[in-house]
Amino acid sequence: MKVLLRNPRRELEIEGDASVKDVLRRLDIIPETVLVIRDGELLLKTDLVTDADTIELRPVISGGSPR
Amino acid sequence: MKCKVCRESAAIEIRRHHAVFCKEHFFEHIARQVERTIHDFAMLEPGERILLGVSGGKDSLALWDILTDLGYKVDGVYIELGIGGEEGYSSGSLQLADQYAKNRDLNLQVVDLATEYGYTIPQAAAETRRVACSVCGLSKRYVLNKIAHDGGYEVLVMGHNLDDEAAVLMGNTLNWNLEYIGRQRPVLPATKEGLVRKVKPLLRIAERETAAYCVLKGIDYEVDECPLVGGNTGIRIKEWLNVMESQRPGTKQRFLFGFLDRASDHFASAHQEEVELNECTTCGQPTTNDQCSFCRLQARMADRG
Repeated sequence: MKVLLRNPRRELEIEGDASVKDVLRRLDIIPETVLVIRDGELLLKTDLVTDADTIELRPVISGGSPR
Repeated sequence: MKCKVCRESAAIEIRRHHAVFCKEHFFEHIARQVERTIHDFAMLEPGERILLGVSGGKDSLALWDILTDLGYKVDGVYIELGIGGEEGYSSGSLQLADQYAKNRDLNLQVVDLATEYGYTIPQAAAETRRVACSVCGLSKRYVLNKIAHDGGYEVLVMGHNLDDEAAVLMGNTLNWNLEYIGRQRPVLPATKEGLVRKVKPLLRIAERETAAYCVLKGIDYEVDECPLVGGNTGIRIKEWLNVMESQRPGTKQRFLFGFLDRASDHFASAHQEEVELNECTTCGQPTTNDQCSFCRLQARMADRG
């Protein structure tokens, strides 16, 4: 599967099928810090991502100055 | 996974509420949480003129959407900070804010820092050798209040979410900064002439939920992080809190609401003792000095030649 990451933008390849939970665990990403998106839809931790899929791991932490 | 309300396919899980929702019931849940926050902290009164600080990010656009759907008439103000040049971060964020406002027929005012005040955030950071987030925060606080005050708005609505507020509280607690802890409230009252009341209706909503709200509603928002923000303390604290949250869901909410419910009053005196405000000799805004920090910054930028 192809995995798109942001900040900075980059792409990774992961071999084989895996659940969202497993993908995040393999990449050492805390589930609270991202949305996992496939074809514009949000995925849940139990959803299966296949080898042919492209998913985006969109970070949700924003920072900067106190607004 | 199935929605806890209707048993249809789920769109999102919120672990701290032990809840899974479909898209429609997630929107309902978010709206209810925001309504409850507004009610519990008496944030908004009927008929008040409301101004929202809009950044083009997930929080402010989600909040604009939620408040509008709840029946509030909310105008927006975007501050063009001049980050990233002509086709960079700030102009991209403005485009997204503008597009949202047009789609929903909402009123967005744009204030260009360079045109109105003579500097951009990268210029001010370079000139003062302060971190960009510091001059940015100072500029935004001042300009948002001024626009709200001069425009006759009774309340300034901000998109601070649960993660923002928990991280600020954690940062101030780690340093035992009593004055700042005493000042952290869901409603910052207009204590002096020239100040507009500030409220934070997203206090119960985590930032993962505002991002999910935008994705599920089809609201395009600025996903990329500000290029000047890299590795600042606030983001690091959020990461630490998320490690705890992943092991004990609800940690952030318990920390923040425990403070607001049971501890904040104990720190109020630290804040009140500290503050004796004068009028800024340049702009008349309340300040602890003769001239306020914003006017000092503006003067320094004007003097650089």
